[in-house]
Amino acid sequence: MELCDLSAEQIASLVHKREVSAREVLEATLNRVSLVDGRPGQLGIEETTPDDEKYVHAFISLTAERARVQADEVDRRLAGGEDPGPLAGVPFTVKDIFVVRGTPSTAGSRILANFVAPYTATPVERMEQAGGIMLGKVNLDEFTYGSSNESSAFIPTPRNPWNPAYVPGGSSGGSTAAVAAGEGALSLGTDTAGSIRQPAAFCGVVGMKPTYGRVSRYGLIAFGSSLDCPGPVARTVKDATLMLSVIAGRDPHDQTSVTVPVPDYASRLEAGVKGLRIGLSPDYFRITFVDPHTGELIERPIDPEVLAATRRAADVLASLGAEIIEDVPMPHTHYGIPAYFVISRVEAASNLHRYDGVKYGYRTPEYVTDLRDLYRKTRGQGFGLQPKLRILMGMYVSAAQYSEQYYVRALRVRSLIRRDFETIFDPSGAYRLDALLTPTTPTTAFTMQEVYGDSVLMQYADELTVPANHAGVPGISLPAGLDRKGLPIGIQFLGADYAEATLLQIGFAYEQATLGEDWRKRKPQVVERLAV
Amino acid sequence: MNASYEPVIGLEIHAELLTASKMFCACPVLDVTEAEPNRAVCPVCAGMPGVLPVINQKAVEYALRVALALNCEIFETSIFARKNYFYPDLPKGYQISQYEFPLARNGYLPVITSAGEKIVRIRRVHLEEDTGKLTHVEDNGIAYSLVDLNRAGIPLLEIVTEPDLHSPDEVRAYAEGLRSVLRYLGVNSGDMQKGVLRIEPNISVRKLGDEKLGTRTEVKNLNSFRALERAAAYEIERQIALLESGGEVRQQTVGWDDVKQVTFTQRYKETEDDYRYFPEPDLPPLVVEKSWIEEIRRSLPELPYPRWKRLQQMYGLGSQEAAVLVAERAVADFFEDTVKLAPEVPARQVAIWISGSLFGLLNLSGKSIETTRITPELFAGLLRQVETGQINQNTAKTVLAEMFETGRSATEIVTDRGLTQISDETAIARLVSQVLDENPAQVQEYLNGKTGLQNWLFGQVMRLTAGQANPSLVRQELNRQLKVLSTTR
Ligand SMILES: [Zn+2]
Repeated sequence: MELCDLSAEQIASLVHKREVSAREVLEATLNRVSLVDGRPGQLGIEETTPDDEKYVHAFISLTAERARVQADEVDRRLAGGEDPGPLAGVPFTVKDIFVVRGTPSTAGSRILANFVAPYTATPVERMEQAGGIMLGKVNLDEFTYGSSNESSAFIPTPRNPWNPAYVPGGSSGGSTAAVAAGEGALSLGTDTAGSIRQPAAFCGVVGMKPTYGRVSRYGLIAFGSSLDCPGPVARTVKDATLMLSVIAGRDPHDQTSVTVPVPDYASRLEAGVKGLRIGLSPDYFRITFVDPHTGELIERPIDPEVLAATRRAADVLASLGAEIIEDVPMPHTHYGIPAYFVISRVEAASNLHRYDGVKYGYRTPEYVTDLRDLYRKTRGQGFGLQPKLRILMGMYVSAAQYSEQYYVRALRVRSLIRRDFETIFDPSGAYRLDALLTPTTPTTAFTMQEVYGDSVLMQYADELTVPANHAGVPGISLPAGLDRKGLPIGIQFLGADYAEATLLQIGFAYEQATLGEDWRKRKPQVVERLAV
Repeated sequence: MNASYEPVIGLEIHAELLTASKMFCACPVLDVTEAEPNRAVCPVCAGMPGVLPVINQKAVEYALRVALALNCEIFETSIFARKNYFYPDLPKGYQISQYEFPLARNGYLPVITSAGEKIVRIRRVHLEEDTGKLTHVEDNGIAYSLVDLNRAGIPLLEIVTEPDLHSPDEVRAYAEGLRSVLRYLGVNSGDMQKGVLRIEPNISVRKLGDEKLGTRTEVKNLNSFRALERAAAYEIERQIALLESGGEVRQQTVGWDDVKQVTFTQRYKETEDDYRYFPEPDLPPLVVEKSWIEEIRRSLPELPYPRWKRLQQMYGLGSQEAAVLVAERAVADFFEDTVKLAPEVPARQVAIWISGSLFGLLNLSGKSIETTRITPELFAGLLRQVETGQINQNTAKTVLAEMFETGRSATEIVTDRGLTQISDETAIARLVSQVLDENPAQVQEYLNGKTGLQNWLFGQVMRLTAGQANPSLVRQELNRQLKVLSTTR
């Protein structure tokens, strides 16, 4: 096993003991990047070659020299008897939706392609202060608007390490692809409707969306501000735990970050699941969507292989002593996507106002006649299709004459979804659940270009993840097997506010109980290929 | 003004709050008319990607002070909202303001107009952030604009009245009354020239007896009370003339041209702008604890209106006399401190000396009462000397002028310059007889019946003493000696 395939926990332990240096781990990881990543995403080259189709293309900016300086600093501090922190020498990547001082912070958009941030996002700063080594910024859907990574302006867009013909999911697809391929043990992602959990499921890694407010959003380029959550992407539950412990907690720069104390997540990790009440809901075993052509409501069962994996996980947990509660009603689940369409777009349209060509970022090189012309040309040329669609819809549904009908109504739906969760987690209620077990996604990864362009259909890839964003509650996606095509299947645990510790505890128990399963021995294609 | 029309006016006032830092970031609040451009700018107030606002608690406290002073109903929970529009002085492309749920509403402010007292209802008071400033440049035929973000994000209080005002005089009285309150509370300097206090009247006219309000216009860029009053008067006349000639008022924003003394159309506003307000997701609801509100309420100073009433009652001042004193808290304090220090001087005398001679000196020098070297102690010392007759009124004015320059006490100035009033009766008798002895011809004419010469003789005595003789004693003594002369003749 190579150093870059070790878990963050193992790396930090070896580096602390000075059995390997942070620099050695970094060089091994950079080597892995050079072998599997191919050329980074960039502007200006629209065509991808057949050769491109073999690589992951997780990165937009690889900041190798910056990382070397940091790794050497960690080694120097260790040599001097200092403790650089719990992430000492652990290489990680950052979704390019976070600003990092002195590095390009693009949001995957032409409009920010030349933007070099003057400050660093709080979660990144916390990881670096804990001794973590940032490798660089990874690709994403433009401004995180998507579930496949195909909307990035930086091409080639990331591919699924398990099979590069498939998408990695999104919008944190660069993060999950990188972690799956051994390009850094950890990645910092964001989850607005499932943007950590869905690609984690597609790429066979662990992804967690913490409770809203648990991790600071300062320095996260906003999409849907009331829904956005930074969170960890890792290969193991323990690593996700380690990373969450570092990034969680009140930040004076973010007034929506909470003062609730951060518990010692690691201490409960091995507590097991005996006596825990874990629910299954039929409302998460189907998806409901509006046929974009007929307007009819269509209901479809989820992929049987995904359902089977979920049931199997319930059996494993039951065998470990958990109590499985069947038929838990989550009646408002299928309103999640329509409500999300409205709320996220109202916030997104407003959040995108600042990109006007006046202060930073892209400004049209063309002659402009007046201010309106500057705005129109700059934004017309700088934004890709997805931001434009979101601006249009966001403007429409927040207009004074429609706001009541759409935005205010969507907020009411949101509180109904929240109530679904409050009911099942109520400690004196009928269900008294510790967690709800669901599939993370209705299907496994789809092929490149299969769904892209169908903005409505793409959104339904998030139907099972978005309710947690509406409700603000935490969720974690874990690998739970491979389908017939060899693509990862993800299962999800959802919990009450600040129940991250419980979710990690359940996830860890499940992970440990299934360590010996055959599918766990398989590696992503792009990594497997290296051994040949 | 055509008496068959009634003007209906409401005011929207924007007051920057004198906090040390901006509304949502740690940047200092600078005097934006003097600071070099873009000196107080950080990623937050420049609207960089990823930044988040953090509420300045001091700004909330200041806003509460104002809301309480305006007798408003305070909402313990209020909500910040985004007002979305594009302009280069608005870095985020939205202004963080309050919309559906403001900090306070339903207040009132009693004001003193020339016609008496008036209650003006306050519709709402809310917190928001100021925008930056654009400077338009034309350089060799190339036009461009420069953006200065020093002002972007300075806490701004918006105070909106009901349309309760009906004349330019009332508009001015309310504006001055509000400015006075803001200055009493120490939350705003009231400097309209610098733009930290911006007053925008919404003006319409209607036929007397009409229920329905007329179409209104909003007047902008008024940088003095005089401009406010004149612009209101102009706009009222313009609207009436327009209606009288069969025309219609179009809803619009007008600017005030202070040189030509006219309003001019800036922008027609036939439809309401749609700012697509929605709750600011980056901020939790603003919660102000009841106990905090009460604490602030208790700490409020006595405000201009109640003080105006009290000064009249307590010191027997006239309404106008009291109004002049209470407009500025420092002046009223100066008055009351002086009265306390010189109880033997009638309060009205103190008031007259302040609004007369002292104001004269302040106006001439451009100083304020806080920045002069004259303290209530010095001032009381001076007035005491006048009261006890040690110096006369004229000497006192001279002494005051010197005191104003040097900050020295009246006693010092009087002694140094030998200005003490001569009240010694023997001395005065000697002076009078000296003058009578030296001017036998004039005395003779007086005795022959030219009684007007008594004033001339009085002047001679005063001249002899360089004005320091106690004038009433001189008059008395002169009378006495002349009478003696006429009877002994
Ligand atoms: Zn600032």
